[in-house]
Amino acid sequence: MAKLAAAWKLLRRRPMSLLGFALIGFFLSVAILAPVLAPPEAGARDEYIIPQTGYSPDPVRPSKEHRFGTTEQQYDLYYGMVWGTRTAFKVAMKVVGFSVCIGVLLGGAAGFYGGWVDEIIMRLTDVVLAFPDLVLAVVIVAIMGPSLDHVMYAVMAVSWPSYARLMRGDVMSVKERDFVAAARALGASDARILFRHIIPNSIYPVLVVASLSTGSVVITAAALSFLGLGAPVGYADWGQLISLSRNWILGSSGNPFEYWHTVFIPGVTIFLFVLGWNLLGDAVRDILDPRQK
Amino acid sequence: MLKFCLKRLAFLPFVMFGVTFLLFFCLQFLSPEMRASLYIKDPRQLSQLDAVIEKYGLRKPMPVQYFIWLKQVARGDLGYSETAKMPVAEAIAAFFPATFELTVLAFFPILIVGVFFGVLSAVYKDRLLDHVTRFVAITGYSLPSFVLGLVLLMVFYGRLHWFPPGRYTLETDMLVHADSFRHFTGLLTVDCLLNAEGGAFVDAVKHMVLPACTLLYISVALLLRITRSSMLEELSKDYVRTARAKGLPERMIIRKHALANALIPVVTLSSLLFIGLLGGVVITETVFDFPGIGRWGVQAAQQLDVPGVLGSTMLAAFLFVMANLIADMLYAVVDPRIRVGN
Repeated sequence: MAKLAAAWKLLRRRPMSLLGFALIGFFLSVAILAPVLAPPEAGARDEYIIPQTGYSPDPVRPSKEHRFGTTEQQYDLYYGMVWGTRTAFKVAMKVVGFSVCIGVLLGGAAGFYGGWVDEIIMRLTDVVLAFPDLVLAVVIVAIMGPSLDHVMYAVMAVSWPSYARLMRGDVMSVKERDFVAAARALGASDARILFRHIIPNSIYPVLVVASLSTGSVVITAAALSFLGLGAPVGYADWGQLISLSRNWILGSSGNPFEYWHTVFIPGVTIFLFVLGWNLLGDAVRDILDPRQK
Repeated sequence: MLKFCLKRLAFLPFVMFGVTFLLFFCLQFLSPEMRASLYIKDPRQLSQLDAVIEKYGLRKPMPVQYFIWLKQVARGDLGYSETAKMPVAEAIAAFFPATFELTVLAFFPILIVGVFFGVLSAVYKDRLLDHVTRFVAITGYSLPSFVLGLVLLMVFYGRLHWFPPGRYTLETDMLVHADSFRHFTGLLTVDCLLNAEGGAFVDAVKHMVLPACTLLYISVALLLRITRSSMLEELSKDYVRTARAKGLPERMIIRKHALANALIPVVTLSSLLFIGLLGGVVITETVFDFPGIGRWGVQAAQQLDVPGVLGSTMLAAFLFVMANLIADMLYAVVDPRIRVGN
């Protein structure tokens, strides 16, 4: 409780962090209220499939019927945005959660056991980190075939090594401390020492980095969708909706901004979502980073 | 110092070996039929699928295939890229200069803007200028490059007709491919100047303005943050206090004393920034239809053009590793404490 109060005190002085909390809170409530805000059509098989009104290739501007207008092939943009929020949270949470777990386990094992275990795991991270993130992710999804799940696997595959490296360094310093020797003297098993004593004492830096990198995970996943490697057309996914707008940046001859909504609405939404995570990540770092206190 | 560099350079072949091995491993998840279908241009040739698989040894165990490929590479044969419609080595020679030009054009503005505003932000800490700068930086960091790219195209191409996408207009295209045009460096802007073609030069630059601006806005935040925090740290040190006590003007202290020390991490970071740019050009080149390594790599991956994927990703990884190496060396150069063996 006292910790929470201290955190709140820190936050109150930082309007930017508050903005971050507000943005993520807003998106979270949209995700939770999705069935209320944009009720799926009766009998719809999958609520993540955006309802289509007609098959005309030209996007339609926002109107009473379609609050945010439609994309090409008449997918309702409002519905896509609302349900896309759920997709975005799902992708961000799953990718960050799993890659942190993999990173903590492999990095922890490397730091704890040392020797050839360390050597193999660290050389693997060297190789994966030798690629620009997006390049390797594109190759992986291309091989597995386009789908949202594969996008998540690919982003996980490229993001665990940095957590593993960080974890390894921390574990190596923590395992030399006296309380570990004490636990060993009491006859605790390797697993108990690692999970009960070492990991809880070395995981904070990883959590800070994870919260700071959530935003870029969202961007990488959206970029893969934008390249047409993610969810199929018509699935409520922001990156995929933006890729639908690529042909409409020119508008008609009299009105160059005729189709502004197809780029602008999903674009601003992704931007605000990522901004929220980045501001939140800064706040988490300031709260957890002992050097700031 | 030399020993340190050599040690790092000796490590390079191992990393490249790992990188290519990993790529090869990933590509094994494609069935031999899928990898062979690339060589089939006509449905009537489908009956020869097995012959193709046999010819390229696609059913052999993965390590065997890998060594066949390594032998090819050692002979200088990187294969033929279907997406680029030319051999991989030629494709690299054709696309890399474009990416290089774009990256360099974006790099120096990023460096100048990042360092300048980073220093200002530190000097005016917690004042309005600091808040505005940091806010602009974090928005850039949060903006996906494809969103910014599309909006820029909408305004500056769709509405204003100033900066078109692509590499050059039709006229420049004809001029560049004419016999009288001599290719000195492969860099379009430099070659245009050396051929005294002012119009084509302007055209080439015009096509790079929007992608360069996109890269600038997306990438400047990191540099700005590092400069700011490094500068803040230096400004709080004793030697700055001494300089102030001596009565040196604040401008002098900032420029001559603090900045020189604050730039140490910035120098290292700038080569890491170069790495970031190489990753960032993948999307930026695709959005602006700019024929560079990034766009080729994406197309090759989408069409499962195996030699193209291997070629472009290997090049990206190679540049990436080299930039990391340069970062470490720069670090040792600018900060004598780090030099190994001393």
